[in-house]
Amino acid sequence: MVLDIERDQRRFKQIVRGRIRENLRKYITHGEMIGRRGKDAVSIPLPQLDIPRFRFGKNGSGGVGQGDGEVGDPVGKPGDDPAGSGGAGSEPGSGHLIEVEVNLDELAEMLGDELELPHVEPKGTASISAEKAKYNSVRQTGPESLRHFKRTYLNALRRQISTGNYLPDDPRVVPIKSDKQYRSWNDVPRPEVNAVVIYLMDVSGSMTDDQKQIVRTEAFWIDAWLGKQYKGIEKRYIIHDAVAKEVDEHTFYHTRESGGTRISSAYKVCAQLIDSTFPVSDWNIYCFQFSDGDNWGDDNRQAFELLNEKLLPAANLFCYGQVESPYGSGDFIEALRKQFGENDKLALSEIADKEGIYDSIKLFLGKGK
Amino acid sequence: MAAVEPGKLTPELAAIQVEIEGYARGYGLDFFPTIFELIDADQLNEIAARGGFPTRYPHWRFGMEYEQLSKGYHYGLQKIYEMVINNNPCYAYLMRSNGLIDQKMVMAHVYGHCDFFKNNQWFAHTNRKMMDDVANHGTRIRRIMDVVGVEDVENYIDACLSLEDLIDVHSPFIKRRKVADRFDFSAERQPPGSRSQRFDAKSYMQPFINPVDKLRAQQDRLKEEDESRPFPENPERDVLLFLLEHAPLKTWQADILAIIRDEAYYFAPQAQTKIMNEGWASYWHSTIMINQGLTAADVVNYCDHHSGTMASAPTQLNPYKVGIELFRNIEDRWNRGAFGREYDDCDDHDRRKNWNTHAGLGREKIFEVRRIHNDLTFIDEFLTLDFVREHKLFRFGYNPTSEAYEIESREFPRVKQQLLESLTNRGRPIIAVVDGNYKNRGELFLQHQYSGVELQLEQARDTLENLHRLWNRPVHIATVLEDEEAVISFDGSEHQLQSADPADDSEDAA
Repeated sequence: MVLDIERDQRRFKQIVRGRIRENLRKYITHGEMIGRRGKDAVSIPLPQLDIPRFRFGKNGSGGVGQGDGEVGDPVGKPGDDPAGSGGAGSEPGSGHLIEVEVNLDELAEMLGDELELPHVEPKGTASISAEKAKYNSVRQTGPESLRHFKRTYLNALRRQISTGNYLPDDPRVVPIKSDKQYRSWNDVPRPEVNAVVIYLMDVSGSMTDDQKQIVRTEAFWIDAWLGKQYKGIEKRYIIHDAVAKEVDEHTFYHTRESGGTRISSAYKVCAQLIDSTFPVSDWNIYCFQFSDGDNWGDDNRQAFELLNEKLLPAANLFCYGQVESPYGSGDFIEALRKQFGENDKLALSEIADKEGIYDSIKLFLGKGK
Repeated sequence: MAAVEPGKLTPELAAIQVEIEGYARGYGLDFFPTIFELIDADQLNEIAARGGFPTRYPHWRFGMEYEQLSKGYHYGLQKIYEMVINNNPCYAYLMRSNGLIDQKMVMAHVYGHCDFFKNNQWFAHTNRKMMDDVANHGTRIRRIMDVVGVEDVENYIDACLSLEDLIDVHSPFIKRRKVADRFDFSAERQPPGSRSQRFDAKSYMQPFINPVDKLRAQQDRLKEEDESRPFPENPERDVLLFLLEHAPLKTWQADILAIIRDEAYYFAPQAQTKIMNEGWASYWHSTIMINQGLTAADVVNYCDHHSGTMASAPTQLNPYKVGIELFRNIEDRWNRGAFGREYDDCDDHDRRKNWNTHAGLGREKIFEVRRIHNDLTFIDEFLTLDFVREHKLFRFGYNPTSEAYEIESREFPRVKQQLLESLTNRGRPIIAVVDGNYKNRGELFLQHQYSGVELQLEQARDTLENLHRLWNRPVHIATVLEDEEAVISFDGSEHQLQSADPADDSEDAA
């Protein structure tokens, strides 16, 4: 019997990847289509890959069913796919969706190909290694709690059969000391996380949910790309209005304050974070700031000072994305441009709407830092 | 390791097979030798993904099927119990992880299928060495791939599969046209125009008996007739055959198309007899299990699985359920003699219900039914008002206002009508080639025989694109869209949709 389904499966996956690549722009700008699957994988909805045929269309979508119910009773929603004549008619584009699971690394690679992103050059070669215990071997001694049940009994069975103590009619297997096997560990050196991404976001009243969605989508792709470039990355989140604080991811996207805006406060927290936790010599530091560009007039000077003295020297890359809000955009990006001009470590981008995400990512990550 | 052949039954199962086969023969079931293989779930999914065959031509679609099946299995959503191949010998697969009672039931079920394959007339012309042939198809296509390239071949297969429904399921039984003798070249040898009639005559009588001007006139008339003769002469339902004979295909393309067509004809009867086939097999597994196969300890397990197989969802008619109930209904009616004119004319409900002439013809009748019918005729002949009431069948349709499927009717004629419609031509539109030289420009013209349900436009367009890849000239299909006659066309670069207008044709032809 020849079984070579792997080949067909591989081919199918290739085709699926091809489809994703074709539609990548859509997926990039509509990040909400992408579902998370565990740590390293995402699921992407894809129109059913189907072979077109002459088929019955919409007005044939009915059939014969069986069961109780009065005339007029609902029996199912269109998504339930009744197997009547021709099946449910589907509008163009709204065919059956299949969820395809894609490895995050693979997705990042597609992103890189699509946006023609250069590979990141890590700053320095410093990479910390740590020993990690991994349970991947077996030995003769150990605590009972680590006893390898299967191996122990297999040994006992073997011994009993070879000594003739095993009776098939009374299959009793009793391990003795020499049969016992215990799980044991080895120390595996593991390269330690050596990049950190710090997200800063303005949560003052003028940032609406739509803007946050844009930030979220963009952050997803930034994570995916940098995650591929570095073995593991740390992520930190800072929100600010007039004051700033470090928060977790959930809070980052779900907080809404009503206060004014003082960007320098966020810079200050960011600088402190870098000083205290991420020494510049050991870490590749990426800062991504998102705001609608409104800042208290007299705060700009202080902010630039911090940026110039603390953040830019420390970071590999400092990106500022100005998201257009319904209340209009501020002029922080202009001020930055005037102040710093062409700075190699600073990337500035204006994101008008969802469609802007594509170019913004390209701009940020295109620096290859 | 143990020297057990992969796939071989355990001694225990082999003994059960002998037992079940004995019961099946005892009931008069008649089948090809049946070989059971015991395989793991993964292998079963692989084979199922390939339509039941362990080796087939390589194609991504099988990979997709496999992904779906294996995910469904690993998430615990679905599981394949039984798979059997129409072949001589019959091959059937058992899943290793199934319980003993399941295996027993599956075996009984499989013997039902095997009997059906061998005896149902609609399978009479299927290839009984398909297992070998399908493997050979695989080799042929793999070789072509080596020469032409995987991508090209796969794209071409996609195009062929897109058309695979366009076959004439009745053609194995009817000779629609004279079979041309492959070694008869007389038609080619005959010079054009020589068909005209010429009487034997002495040379000096020639000008009188075969006057030259008359002969010429006759020749012209014949030539005209030849040219005006439609091509094909009759609408050709076997579109694949038409393409094979007349499309400008390369040798490898024709080879692949022939393979796809062979397989389409092989699988067609299975689609035509889904309800009967499953009903018949279920009837026998339940008969055999209840009467002989079960021990008291097995009853609960058996019932659990049997009812699982028979479960029906509101919007999905379970062919197992409808099939087995109809067979039982027929058996019961013929046992009671509840058929024929007198019974049909009787309108006293109680009398009909308690009708009994002790005819005892039930078994005989269902064996006859399994020999003659396919789903369409089976339902047409045996679905009765009483049956529809008893089994609560209804017709449902889509209600755009509530965006849901709703029960439309419980009236017998409407339910039956809907069911018959969905079974006609295996639930696919009836399409034929009507003109292979449309507008005298070598364009291909198909006709959809409209029966109240429209074609899905998007799909039809994509299919036309694929058809164009084979035909290489513009292709058209005439159908009805939004209650108006329409022609969907594709000329290689763009799609067109126009309401059919005969005036337009004649103008172009002029």
